[in-house]
Amino acid sequence: MKCKLSIRNLNIHFGDNHAVKNATMEVAENSVTAIIGPSGCGKSTVLRSINRMHDLTPSARVTGAIMLDDTDIYDRSVDPVTIRRRVGMVFQKPNPFPAMSVYDNVVAGYKLNGVLKKGDADEIVESCLKRVALWDEVKDRLRTGAVELSGGQQQRLCIARTIAVKPEVILMDEPASALDPISTLKIEELIEELKSKYTIVIVTHNMQQAARVSDVTAFFYLGELVEIGETRKVFTNPEKKQTEDYITGRFG
Amino acid sequence: MNTTTTKKYGDRIFRAITLLFALSILIILLVMTVEMVSESLPSLRKFGWGFITGSDWDAVHGSFAALPYLYGSVVSSILAILLATPLSVGTALFITELAPHKVGAVTASLVELLAAIPSVIYGLWGILVMTPWLQSTVEPFMIEHFGFLPFFRGAPYGVSMLAAVCILMIMIVPIITSITKEVLMAVPSSQKEAAIALGATRWEMIRIAVLPYGRSGILGAVILGLGRAIGETMAVTMVIGNTPQISLSLLSPAYTMPSVIANEFAETTTKLHASALMEIGLILLVVTLIINFMARMLLWSVTRKWKGGVA
Amino acid sequence: MTLRSITVRRASNLTATLLMGAATILVLLPLVIIFYHIIKMGISSINLGFFTNIPQPPGEAGGGMANGIAGSAIMIGMASLAGLPVGIFGAVYLTEYGTGRLSSAIRFCADILSGIPSIITGMVAYSLLVVPLKGFSALAGSFALSLIMVPIVLRTTEEQLKMVPATLREASLALGVPLWRTSIKVTLRSALTGIITGVLLAIARVAGETAPLLFTALGNQFWSRKLTEPMAALPLQIFNFAISPYEDWHRLAWAGALVLVVLMFGLSLAARWLGRTKHF
Repeated sequence: MKCKLSIRNLNIHFGDNHAVKNATMEVAENSVTAIIGPSGCGKSTVLRSINRMHDLTPSARVTGAIMLDDTDIYDRSVDPVTIRRRVGMVFQKPNPFPAMSVYDNVVAGYKLNGVLKKGDADEIVESCLKRVALWDEVKDRLRTGAVELSGGQQQRLCIARTIAVKPEVILMDEPASALDPISTLKIEELIEELKSKYTIVIVTHNMQQAARVSDVTAFFYLGELVEIGETRKVFTNPEKKQTEDYITGRFG
Repeated sequence: MNTTTTKKYGDRIFRAITLLFALSILIILLVMTVEMVSESLPSLRKFGWGFITGSDWDAVHGSFAALPYLYGSVVSSILAILLATPLSVGTALFITELAPHKVGAVTASLVELLAAIPSVIYGLWGILVMTPWLQSTVEPFMIEHFGFLPFFRGAPYGVSMLAAVCILMIMIVPIITSITKEVLMAVPSSQKEAAIALGATRWEMIRIAVLPYGRSGILGAVILGLGRAIGETMAVTMVIGNTPQISLSLLSPAYTMPSVIANEFAETTTKLHASALMEIGLILLVVTLIINFMARMLLWSVTRKWKGGVA
Repeated sequence: MTLRSITVRRASNLTATLLMGAATILVLLPLVIIFYHIIKMGISSINLGFFTNIPQPPGEAGGGMANGIAGSAIMIGMASLAGLPVGIFGAVYLTEYGTGRLSSAIRFCADILSGIPSIITGMVAYSLLVVPLKGFSALAGSFALSLIMVPIVLRTTEEQLKMVPATLREASLALGVPLWRTSIKVTLRSALTGIITGVLLAIARVAGETAPLLFTALGNQFWSRKLTEPMAALPLQIFNFAISPYEDWHRLAWAGALVLVVLMFGLSLAARWLGRTKHF
């Protein structure tokens, strides 16, 4: 399979805190990669470095390289805005824009950039909402405020908003941790479905979830990448003792 | 890619513009200071220290010294602060510690309302209502009963140092009260509960837990009030009588630094006269800068302590 | 705690309570008295003519403060046009990029600046604009007012922007929206009602300012035709008429004060009403 993302010698510091230590890993195209580990292990930090969200934190320092196809996203000449267009992100808590309707939230990426034709918009809204299996639930209230939807619907709306701008990679930061079991199931089904078109990297503290949705699993501990491999193998026959301790619940 | 570059420049331009606007604060402060100093130079050169030790203010002969204005400003502000502080702290304590929640909230918003009334309206009320009342009722009473003190000698003019002190007190009370209220609200309830648990009465709780904790913040509020009082222009100008003299009696008219600027600056005929007024403005600027600096340092330390407590 | 008898402790508690109550009454009393006088004296002189006529010489009936009201509106408008963008976008810098010493210095200086007597702002505007333009003008008055607005608006806006949840900004940025568009369309937009509240309060504050206009706009008994001419303003007229010896003008001053107070009341009520509606 083609390699979509290649992380090489990634180090991330926040001031004096060395949060991610020399991580090197690859992510194949059209696959789901899960990053697991106890809280504070740096898994979200790695994820957020893939679309340069750390640029917003003045104390953060990122070194090493992250290749998206042939582009080093931390190269000086690269604009973080174009990277974020290619690498979308879904956050832990659903964060639809509260001042916007369901409809406007889907096309927010276009609206906020001031490039949107009316005819295109209808089409984008319908196809994206259908893709996240939300269309039937909200098609009669596209103009109501997004905050009136349930938590699970809001999260699927946020995924629709993300795929609307046609990214190549989707980062998910514990996308179901704030949701009920049924909504969680829907999100997991959606991830399976989205895999055919996008490359997905998901951070989760829920090991069953990682086992269910991912093809490859990476285990981080204390800022270090301990082990990465095929999900089935990591969960049944891990190479490292630390990994085994973690997935069998012996610590964390 | 063309769009990429414009987007990139968009962020750079945005950052540059907002930075410029943020810097405008520093620029305004700098330009103000430089402008006041440079315009004061002729007066500074000509009169030197004599400007703040002498009492001769004569536009016709070009001789300027500002002691009576300094005296008027200092005395009126200090007396107003002395009267306003206990009232303000009392009211702030009433709002935060004593009153039922709703009564406290209403009182607080009435205090905010007092703080929002423009100076010129205080002046209007002062000159048309308060000073006639002082002249007809209060001052004769004081002369009759306290006339043996040097502070209450002379004829009842109405417009006087006393009137200025009264109006200033009314004006700065809401400012000190509302900041003191903020400071008191930042006192952690654990402190108060500890005192209550020891069997303290409400007043003892205030004395043991609230006031010591809020001390530097209250001091900051009082100093900020002092800054307001010294810089207050319109209301004082309208009731103080605008007579450059140094008199112990509160019943005689006086003059303050902002008042002489307000009255004379638009009508100066000589460069030196304008420069002398600028020098008074410079003194006022330096004094209020120092006062505000101290007050803000005190208040910032309080809010920082408070934020640290939360996190 | 010293061991005093419970009677003494109760007595001192009661005394303190009474004193605090008395202080509060003493503080609020002037508010009642001043409002009583403004309403009583002002209401009798308010009529249509007050809003349509310019002041008449003492002794002639039917004078108004139309030029003062218009002048205030024009100068506040121009001051807002210049001052609001600077204050608001300056605050954007502090929240989006500001973490270092420079930003702390700017915040601190804004606080200090808003404590500088406004008459000094007037003097500075005089030497920066009145002297070079060779005359008192509405322009100089507006400039002085805008200098007063900037630090107030900057601080209140910053407080509001800090309350916008970081997740909203991140959501927008993760969609590939540049920071500057995110700032304007998401951050500022989310804080809009709060910012407007702050702006209204700043306008209310500036509307009553008199001292900075004394030697910039100067005042005008008639209508001004140009922004480079002296211009009347409501607070200036109140001042000039209050210190005049004429009954007629005192009446006008009271009416002007009533209008000004009602205006400020309206502005702060609007601000409160806006501030009450929840926006996140």
